[in-house]
Amino acid sequence: MKFVKLCIIVFAVVALAGVSMAGTLDDVKAKGFIQAGVNGDLFGFGKPDEKGVWRGLDVDTARAVAAAVFGDADKVKFTPLTAKTRFTALQSGEIDVLTRNCTQTLSRDTAQGLDFVQVNYYDGQGFLIPKKLGVKSAKELDGATVCVLPGTTTELNVADYFRTTGMKMNPVVIENTAELAKAFFAGRCDCLTSDASQLAGTRAVAPNPDEYIILPEIISKEPLAPAVRHGDNKWKDIVNYSVLAMINAEELGITSKNVDQMLQSKDPKIKRFLGVTPGNGKALGLDEKFAYNIIKQVGNYGEVFERNVGVNTPLGIARGLNALWTDGGLMYSPPFK
Amino acid sequence: MQIKHTETEGHGARSTTFFWHDPDKRSIVYQIGVTLLVGLLGYYLISNTLSNLERQSIATGFGFVEKESAFEIGESLISYSAADSYGRALVVGVLNTLIVSFIGIVLTLFLGTLLGVARLSTNWLVSRLAAVYIEVFQDIPILLQLFFWYAFFYEVLPSPRQALHPFAGIFLCNRGLIFGIPEYHSAFKIMGFAFVAGCGIIYFIRRWARERQNKTGEPFPVFTVSAGILFGLPLLIWLMAGAPSAMNVPVLKGFNFKGGVSITPEFAALLLGLVFYTAAFVAEVVRAGIQSVSRGQTEAAMAIGLKPGQVLSLVILPQALRVIIPPLTSQLLNLTKNSSLAVAIGYPDFVSVAGTTINQTGQAIEGVVLIMAVYLCFSLATSAFMNWYNKKIKLVER
Repeated sequence: MKFVKLCIIVFAVVALAGVSMAGTLDDVKAKGFIQAGVNGDLFGFGKPDEKGVWRGLDVDTARAVAAAVFGDADKVKFTPLTAKTRFTALQSGEIDVLTRNCTQTLSRDTAQGLDFVQVNYYDGQGFLIPKKLGVKSAKELDGATVCVLPGTTTELNVADYFRTTGMKMNPVVIENTAELAKAFFAGRCDCLTSDASQLAGTRAVAPNPDEYIILPEIISKEPLAPAVRHGDNKWKDIVNYSVLAMINAEELGITSKNVDQMLQSKDPKIKRFLGVTPGNGKALGLDEKFAYNIIKQVGNYGEVFERNVGVNTPLGIARGLNALWTDGGLMYSPPFK
Repeated sequence: MQIKHTETEGHGARSTTFFWHDPDKRSIVYQIGVTLLVGLLGYYLISNTLSNLERQSIATGFGFVEKESAFEIGESLISYSAADSYGRALVVGVLNTLIVSFIGIVLTLFLGTLLGVARLSTNWLVSRLAAVYIEVFQDIPILLQLFFWYAFFYEVLPSPRQALHPFAGIFLCNRGLIFGIPEYHSAFKIMGFAFVAGCGIIYFIRRWARERQNKTGEPFPVFTVSAGILFGLPLLIWLMAGAPSAMNVPVLKGFNFKGGVSITPEFAALLLGLVFYTAAFVAEVVRAGIQSVSRGQTEAAMAIGLKPGQVLSLVILPQALRVIIPPLTSQLLNLTKNSSLAVAIGYPDFVSVAGTTINQTGQAIEGVVLIMAVYLCFSLATSAFMNWYNKKIKLVER
């Protein structure tokens, strides 16, 4: 019993150091940069390129927040996190915002003390499998050994899927994404399960990408959204509207190329959005040009998507659910007024 | 204290010493003060943590162990499925850690002693080889060794459909080593009892043999007789039951083998990594222990006509063990603790299962407290046993 007490005390110190802060916006302004938690190992979402520059959809989302807060998209530092460490890092205050292909779920939004903002990628879980096994459908996977990352909704979804279909599975759970992929390519598992976007990324780095297929079944809904600590509404608004600004810009036809001309636009919606007519910035506690800065320095959602994961990248993912609502997708922004 | 009392009494009822002039009472006051301070600090930290957790609306308490875990575990000694509770999942993790640590400790003791003795061998080649082994395995971080062994297993071994098949009933592939086991038969239970009974008989034989040797000086071949009883009794029962030899043989079905027992690459890699790494340290401990016994002891023992085996077991080891046991204990504890690196190579040990539980429930504090408590229990149990053993083999100085 004494020991348990000791542990709680030790831990409390850690917890204390993390949460005794005024508001994230003030903290961030005081230190002069945003600390963002990202994947670190996921091509197209969060991974440094060969020059050490961070690239990816999630990385650009964090950069958009920096552009909104500081008017400079480079005032952000990245902390690579595993699926297991990401929530603790946010809860303890080690990072200010979590942009790490993270599925919004009820329990994470409530019992885990997180608040999710606008989804920046709609995903779903699938299976990657070597062609030579001759499997055509996930329904044929009875008895398969499945490689899976620990501490993800993936681990739960796959167990649920095998339970509902009455099949048996044998999980191999390895914490590091790269190590897991290595074990899968070497044949330790029959299939790898993860979000479809991650499977595309894993296949892109396979020794021979053509030898693998993604099975047609998508077994779950995975709305990937940035997250902040629960209870800091001001900061949540800022992160939320930074993501929405990119979507709204695409709706309004504003890109990083034409944003300067758009400043002269007569359209009152665009004038309000870019801060020519003030109001939005003050409401958020930011500079009136926050949206302009995001679009100028990072781009609109379509640009960010195509640059990182789109059809012309090694991932080659079509917009699908991530198209604007006007194009049959789910990306929809409330009005900026 | 005693003296002071008589002193005050000697002076009559009037007491002139104030309690802060009395070092004994003063120290009691200090101790109460420090305890209060630590208690207050603890209270402050705990209540602060709880209120912070509540403010962030993070769930607290150990209620989650009853809830359905909903995740699968790769290997388990007891039956487990995703429909079982977090509590059962954690027990599976504890058992997985225990089995790998236990087998690891046994193998490490064996290999480490062998290497330690080999290091002191008068044979140049043997001692050099042992030295090279010790230096290499001691100097490479254990995590790298684990990655090496794991990659070795999954890169080198073929897929289940091309599994190596050296003997009937044994398959070797990147799903692990799968082998047949005897089909359950009621005679096996009796064989188990026979084995336990054999252990009891041996205990008495040893006592009798020692007494006889003390009296008459005549030795008794205890080892051969013990081995005979241990294996002979169960064998006899097995033959009496009609030698049941039905086997549960693994068969390739779909993706993997069904039936038999399998040792997974994760388990094997973790076990090999831990054993090879820790054995290098144990070897050095054993060598140091043996070298701590002066050469004169060996010479004296040989001079009174003991055989080399008896020199080791009767003269050298009892003195060497005294030096070996304490550092050996810490090496065995290291092995147990290092087994938590399992998560890197996908073996579902306690830390791995607890990690998934933490992530699923979001209750990091409770989870980490559990992890610490479990490892503390393992370590305290190991060192309690080793301390008991250390006391038992302590030199009796006359």
